Amino acid sequence: MPLTLFDKVWNEHVVVTREDGEDLLWIDRHFVHEGSHHAFAKLKAREAKAARPDLTFGVADHYVPVRTRRREDFADDIRTMLGRLENNCAEQNIELFGLDDPRQGIVHVVGPEQGLTLPGLTLVCGDSHTSTHGAFGAIAFGIGASEAAHVLMTQTLWQMKPKQMRITVDGALPEGVSAKDIALNIIAKVGADGARGHALEYAGSAIRSLSMEGRLTLCNLSIESGARCGMVAPDETTFEWIRSRPLAPEGAVLEQAIEHWRTLQSDPDAAFDSEVSLDASSLVPTVTWGTSPEDALPVTASLPDPAKTSHQAKAQHQREALDYMGLRPGQRIEDIAVDRVFIGSCTNSRIEDLRAAAKILAGRKAVVPGLVSPGSSLIKARAEQEGLDRIFVDAGLEWVEAGCSMCVGMNGDLVGPGERCASTTNRNFRGRQGPGARTHLMSPAMAAAAAVTGHLTDLRKLETGAAA
Amino acid sequence: MTPFTAITSAAVRLPLSNVDTDQLLPARFMSQPRSEGYGDFLLHDLSRDDDGNLRPDFALNAPEAEGAQVLVARRNFGGGSSREGAVYALVDHGFRCVIAPSFGDIFSNNAANNGLLTAQAAEDDVEFLLTTEEDVSVDLRDCTIHAAGRRIAFDINPVKREKLLNGWEDVDLTLSRKAKIDAFSDRDRHRRPWLVPAQR
Repeated sequence: MPLTLFDKVWNEHVVVTREDGEDLLWIDRHFVHEGSHHAFAKLKAREAKAARPDLTFGVADHYVPVRTRRREDFADDIRTMLGRLENNCAEQNIELFGLDDPRQGIVHVVGPEQGLTLPGLTLVCGDSHTSTHGAFGAIAFGIGASEAAHVLMTQTLWQMKPKQMRITVDGALPEGVSAKDIALNIIAKVGADGARGHALEYAGSAIRSLSMEGRLTLCNLSIESGARCGMVAPDETTFEWIRSRPLAPEGAVLEQAIEHWRTLQSDPDAAFDSEVSLDASSLVPTVTWGTSPEDALPVTASLPDPAKTSHQAKAQHQREALDYMGLRPGQRIEDIAVDRVFIGSCTNSRIEDLRAAAKILAGRKAVVPGLVSPGSSLIKARAEQEGLDRIFVDAGLEWVEAGCSMCVGMNGDLVGPGERCASTTNRNFRGRQGPGARTHLMSPAMAAAAAVTGHLTDLRKLETGAAA
Repeated sequence: MTPFTAITSAAVRLPLSNVDTDQLLPARFMSQPRSEGYGDFLLHDLSRDDDGNLRPDFALNAPEAEGAQVLVARRNFGGGSSREGAVYALVDHGFRCVIAPSFGDIFSNNAANNGLLTAQAAEDDVEFLLTTEEDVSVDLRDCTIHAAGRRIAFDINPVKREKLLNGWEDVDLTLSRKAKIDAFSDRDRHRRPWLVPAQR
């Protein structure tokens, strides 16, 4: 029987299948962070030890301050959260990429950067954006605290095999259009719950042409269409990334692995439960206007009018979203003024993202305040070698340390009530960036363009006259 | 975990789509230990005005909501993050069942691990429930809801149903298969020698 990429990886991890159809899956990698404290508490309650600390890695990201690394400057609750992670990892003998580690960063940036994320793995973390790691052809998904405790204690997880959806994106991406725009258009097309219960495979020439950074952004946003996970079949781009990563296999073992990884492709006749396709060449830089990532439109468009929407629940969502966002039906998107920008998060904080933003900002000034937080301390160092930090600072933006920061505000980096933020993050939910905060999602280059003009802007207009 | 068979209770009706995990439990409460209870954090920002006072017009704050064990909402309930705290907030507030046309996958898994039933009903049935005021009966044995004279069938993954009916916890079930897990791991070590990171 022809198999999909997902089938092949899944089948390699089934320890046992129960009568009711659930599979006990072996888990190859488990990442924990400050938010994993509930899972550790469950272990403590049972006086249990981690079964495979050698396959478990801790990363400090959600709560880390990015404007200072001096612990005495931290708020008490943040010090508590960081200390709790340090203690839990030490007690369970789990390697921690902690606050003082030069490899520290956002878990979904650090895993791939260190070579911990590999093709064909099963990888879990108590964070929904774990789907990111699927960019390598791994089955990677977010889990809750009870499941995380289960993985810690058994290195396995009971899972019902999900349905499968293939999203084929063919054609060449126009100038100024990125993986973020592909992802936002997919979410708008299938809906925020449209891929619920499905594993996604991204295929097609536009996906093949994406760098690993682009694939990571794309897979990161799989969860925003409700999918369990998203995958891209590994290829030379993937293998090239893995070679020379510090914790990746090397030498003969790596060659043996690559030989196996080359088989991780969907067979030509493999069947999917559903198929979606998108023409990359028709895409336009895209932004969200509402309070769900599915509320995405080309920056050239105008806002929807609930009075003209026949579906009652949909019209009500639009009305409430426009109201929360402080916007009018029919308003031109490019007329929306922003109060600040945020460039960062597990979605868009990798070196390519920073380069794309810097390209727009070079020789220009931001007219609104903004924060630029690289995805890891190593990316920060690299960006500084390339002089990108100077471009951000000269433009008037704040260049800070690595962490989840203003994507979710757990470290105190908040967008104020009623403030509007052009953000390279993954969720525009009500209150996501702080109580009353208004979030517009977009690519790093688009966020940079908004910083320069002070309103949502089609970056293609800027690029023609770019000073850089 | 408390098994779930059937309940009859007042219901809180939220005619909202995309009640995501950030609304169910705003991120700033996630650092709290569970022992202190998450019930007061439920829908914290939606249920309060800008000054932090409870909004009397919000369904959760109505006198009829007192003691309600059933919540009815529109599509994509619990979409978003994996925070199990979103489920703790519902459970600690006293809810045992949420009825909606669709749920976030991770949220549903977390719910089943905490004895909370996520009953997936057809959109027009949910719209009907949103218009009623009577108590709602939910029976997991035959997967039906009874309210205002209407009988509504709901869906739930059969594995989750079994788990909820019996109040099972996965870990004990899994540990009883430890020999199989160990055998898998031994085999796998030879099959995939690249699995354990190099510098460990």
